[in-house]
Amino acid sequence: MYKVILAIRYLVRRRISCFSVAATALCVFVVFVVITVLSGLTAEFKRNMHRAVGDCVVSSKSMVGFGYYEQFVKILEAEDFVEAVAPVIKSYAIVDYQYGGRQRSDRGVEIMGVEPTAHSRVTGFSEWLEYDKGNVGNVFTPRYDPNLVGCVPGVAVLFDRDSEGGYKIAEELPRTKFEITSFPLTARGALAKAGAGEVNTKTFYCSDVAHSRLARADGNRIYLPFEDAQMLCGMGTVRKRVNGIHIKFKPGVRLETGRDRIAGLWQEFVVSKAGASGANLLENVRVQTWKTYSRVFVAAVETEQTMMIVIFGMIGIITVFVVFVVFYMIVSHKSKDIGILKSVGVSRGSVLALFLGFAFLVGVIGSAIGAVGGWQFLLHINQIEDWLFEHFEFQLWDRRLYAIGDIPNAIDLKVLAGIMLSAIFACFVGAAVPSWQAARCEPVDTLQVSQL
Amino acid sequence: MSKDDFLLEAEGLHKSYRMGATEVSVLRGVDLAVKKNEFIAVVGASGSGKSTLLHILGALDRPDKGVVRFEGRDLKRMRSGELNRFRNKMVGFVFQFYHLLDELNVLENVFLPTMAGKSVIGWLGSRIWAKKRAGELLGLLGLSERASHKPYQLSGGERQRVAICRALMNEPRLLLADEPTGNLDSVTGNGILNVFEELNRAGQTIVMVTHDERIAQKASRVITLADGKIK
Repeated sequence: MYKVILAIRYLVRRRISCFSVAATALCVFVVFVVITVLSGLTAEFKRNMHRAVGDCVVSSKSMVGFGYYEQFVKILEAEDFVEAVAPVIKSYAIVDYQYGGRQRSDRGVEIMGVEPTAHSRVTGFSEWLEYDKGNVGNVFTPRYDPNLVGCVPGVAVLFDRDSEGGYKIAEELPRTKFEITSFPLTARGALAKAGAGEVNTKTFYCSDVAHSRLARADGNRIYLPFEDAQMLCGMGTVRKRVNGIHIKFKPGVRLETGRDRIAGLWQEFVVSKAGASGANLLENVRVQTWKTYSRVFVAAVETEQTMMIVIFGMIGIITVFVVFVVFYMIVSHKSKDIGILKSVGVSRGSVLALFLGFAFLVGVIGSAIGAVGGWQFLLHINQIEDWLFEHFEFQLWDRRLYAIGDIPNAIDLKVLAGIMLSAIFACFVGAAVPSWQAARCEPVDTLQVSQL
Repeated sequence: MSKDDFLLEAEGLHKSYRMGATEVSVLRGVDLAVKKNEFIAVVGASGSGKSTLLHILGALDRPDKGVVRFEGRDLKRMRSGELNRFRNKMVGFVFQFYHLLDELNVLENVFLPTMAGKSVIGWLGSRIWAKKRAGELLGLLGLSERASHKPYQLSGGERQRVAICRALMNEPRLLLADEPTGNLDSVTGNGILNVFEELNRAGQTIVMVTHDERIAQKASRVITLADGKIK
């Protein structure tokens, strides 16, 4: 019982103990806030990426694409674990357009030919539309002239960002004309019509804009009607081709299980087409989950998150050091107490337990303060940022540059518990050596007149 | 006289300390036998080894050579847990500089040995008795009004009386006092010695170390330590 009483009194009455509590609290606060925000950003990015791709993608490694896709789409649609299937054309093009008084000539963009209804069942396409959200049936029909062929550029192709993370979207749908020039490829990979010196060029008119919240797609992609894109890319010949098939699984189907089943179906399909015209293109096809398909982008974000967590986790080492120094000073100062306790029969183990109990209190109180502080800070992080922007024009992430809206602040209690336990452990580590020294003190050494 | 009459026996105690390159022999073969209910004063010049002898007798230190037997049991053969129990139950220490814990109040300082000797559950079972006993001891030494005070709020004499209460808390067979009046004025010191005399009359065995031979006269037997040996 004396261990509890003395540990509490040492904590309350030794002002220096406040430093170790403050160091622990600060460490928990910083790590909690950084992990929450970065995890939130990463999770949001992954969510958006998942929404953009679907659950699984059957795609060609080559820009030439692959044929017989309509048959494979039918096979997939007959499967009980498949919710929806959408073939896509994906290529690159040069675009000329004029908007807001600025002429953009010869700009390289990614073009994506989609069947809007099917694509919306697999991805979040219908929700990304800024002017006619949800109405994907007529998405490629400009409302100002239904006779024109429409296209849906990414929101950042036309509009700039505002300082609050949104886009300065025009109230009226812009009547912008897009001259899109693509490079159609034959099934053998050569430029089509190369001998005639022609390239496929077509004019489209803006019929909506898509805001997927993925910077790359929003800034560099233009969605086109499936058949038009197929024609522009040279894939609408006798043996029609696509670059990929995006698939959504039914709820409850595990990603890897679904992917493996699709891969099995694809293998059977390839075998069934052996010897057919253009069957060689089927061998370039991969079946991937959305995570693997997007790994280049996801891995970069995850690496950044890990690096930041490691860097801020190093603050934990500073906490260990601060606790070590504070405990070393306390043990040095309390050597007389240790001698007194031993003179009344207290064991080494009990002295060790006393100081480790003290460290536990420091850890618990420090991490509780840090957790409460971090929680409150995260709850109000966006208001704080707004206030800073209003008064000092300071933003953590300049929304004109970064594709984020609010700073993510969803609290994960498991993460918080992990950080608090780590902080308590860090206090134990910091206090271990001084506590062991205290336990090893010989009473006769500490109670001598010369030691007082 | 039978061996059972002796509470404590020390034979051939040797103790030396290393001070830099030289080794200083403090005790060079000390033999001592303490009878039950005896009040012994150990006198000697500063540095003669009085405190070292007292620490060895109370198991706060170990001799390099020699044997200390308490009620016939060799302290050297006791394991560390037994030595802790010995210090907790069998002996009470009174130090020159009182050595009270600043974080505890007077009452808590007094019942500290009882609290230290018990687990949390054991303490919960005996805390009422311990507080009562501590209160009685403080009453006996005239400190009832000071129970809730902190050590720094007391005078030197009061602190030493609190230290005596603490030493007596677990009703030890042996009270070891190291210069108990060395830090007190003569009036206060005499008061402390009177307490010791009363305790001894009530049956308490006491070994007291002092460098002042006048104070030593209060004891029933005086032993002089010089050059590491008893003269």
